[in-house]
Amino acid sequence: MSLKDIIGRALSNWMKGTGPEFDIALSSRVRLARNLEHLPFPAVADESQLKQVLTSTQKALPIECMKNAEFIRLSEISPLERQLLVEKHLISPQHAQNVKHKAAIVREDEAVSVMVNEEDHLRIQAIFPGLQPLEAWSLAGKVDDGFAEKLEFAGSERLGFLTACPTNVGTGMRASIMLHLPALSMTEQMKRVVGVVGQFGLTVRGIYGEGTDILGNIYQMSNQVTLGQSEVEIVEHLTRVAKQIIDQERAAREHILQQSRIRLTDRIFRSYGTLAYARSISTQEAMQLISDVRLGIDMGLVTDLEPRILQELLVIIRPAHLQKLMGRELNVEERDEHRAMLIRERMKQTDK
Amino acid sequence: MICDECRERQATVMVTQIINGKKTEAHLCQECAKKHSGLGFITEPSFTFNNILAGLFEPEGLQAAGIQVRPKVRCDNCGLTFADFRRLGTLGCSQCYTQFEALLEPLLKRIHGNTQHTGKPPTSGGTAHLRRELEEARRQLRDAISIEAYEKAAELRDRIRELEKTLAEQDKS
Repeated sequence: MSLKDIIGRALSNWMKGTGPEFDIALSSRVRLARNLEHLPFPAVADESQLKQVLTSTQKALPIECMKNAEFIRLSEISPLERQLLVEKHLISPQHAQNVKHKAAIVREDEAVSVMVNEEDHLRIQAIFPGLQPLEAWSLAGKVDDGFAEKLEFAGSERLGFLTACPTNVGTGMRASIMLHLPALSMTEQMKRVVGVVGQFGLTVRGIYGEGTDILGNIYQMSNQVTLGQSEVEIVEHLTRVAKQIIDQERAAREHILQQSRIRLTDRIFRSYGTLAYARSISTQEAMQLISDVRLGIDMGLVTDLEPRILQELLVIIRPAHLQKLMGRELNVEERDEHRAMLIRERMKQTDK
Repeated sequence: MICDECRERQATVMVTQIINGKKTEAHLCQECAKKHSGLGFITEPSFTFNNILAGLFEPEGLQAAGIQVRPKVRCDNCGLTFADFRRLGTLGCSQCYTQFEALLEPLLKRIHGNTQHTGKPPTSGGTAHLRRELEEARRQLRDAISIEAYEKAAELRDRIRELEKTLAEQDKS
């Protein structure tokens, strides 16, 4: 296992797995924020303190469930490689900026990653395919335990784990589920969903987290409250709400199929056709069309492709992955052109 | 590609705007892109929870919340000032939580509706979270049985066995 492998392959190993409600819930993720006692949080820490966090974390790393993990100093890799890690969701977009004294720890299957010196000293992340946030919590919790044996984390009996931002204090946990909701989007119900979800202490965001666009009808739903609820309570609440949204998405799909079968089928196959023949395509347009095709696959209308095509293309059509694949920097026109070519190639390999 | 606005730096951000159905696209560099606030860039979200949070600490906000205490202006441990916190939206060190306690209390209440942690205890590490989960699962099992949700009960029973096994193994080692 090496850095070369991590950035050399587009698909993470965990993506090859499957899970409950996989047709709508693409993945479940849990992130835990932890800080070392006796050292100021990264935004305030000086250089030597940040270095201390790096070395202590690296020294603590050999832990049971993190065998075959790579410790990557972000200042030692290129901006393009950092962007690849962002596009694979292994680090946040913010973490790829101002990279001095920042690191990422990535487990071989990429199901676990740890950001060092982001907003908090450690941000432990675990991810599973499908609707499995409890499993993600369980794994992230084990990694947390492993580190806790060797590092002293900042915490108090009353406030739990202490984090840089008071919005994370307590469990330090953000659990999120990535949902593909094309039918709720088509029937213009998403605004209502976002509003309702908010009333249950949950938020809905774009695929790269806070402040990012909605692409390809993919939404990230996560908990807002971190204090006063246990991790299991948070995860179960999130799962229950997610299940209802999933049911609504299924009902909306059924409704569209009943009411406007031809229009829906037409749209899906037009999207299929565009992807199969386009010579230049933007990320935004591609994502929308891929979302349509994935819907067609899920509904049994498109039968020669596997559902996984969505997750696959989701990663490899992003700018850094394209440039990595082509082995050089590309301007916007070139990217659009290569993106179209890549998609055409992928569409040709029928999966069945 | 060169930035459409300054015509100097390399463009790294594409901005798509749709105004009254008319779509315009611009390729901008980071600097020029920053000037166009509120456009939802992937790198630096301008309208973040932290910013709003820090805004809650504006004096008017505090007065509205009925807080009369004279705020402690500087953390003795890390030197972070109250103004810093408002600007950054993040605290400086774990001590800030005790130093600014009086001010944080109502804020925490507002964000979380609660000021008492009930999750995994931060001090013990080890098997504590498993024990807590086990307790939780046992409680849920009783609930599930009482409402005759047997499918859920079976799931919980398996989880409880798994947890008991893990704990027994860890106790031995």
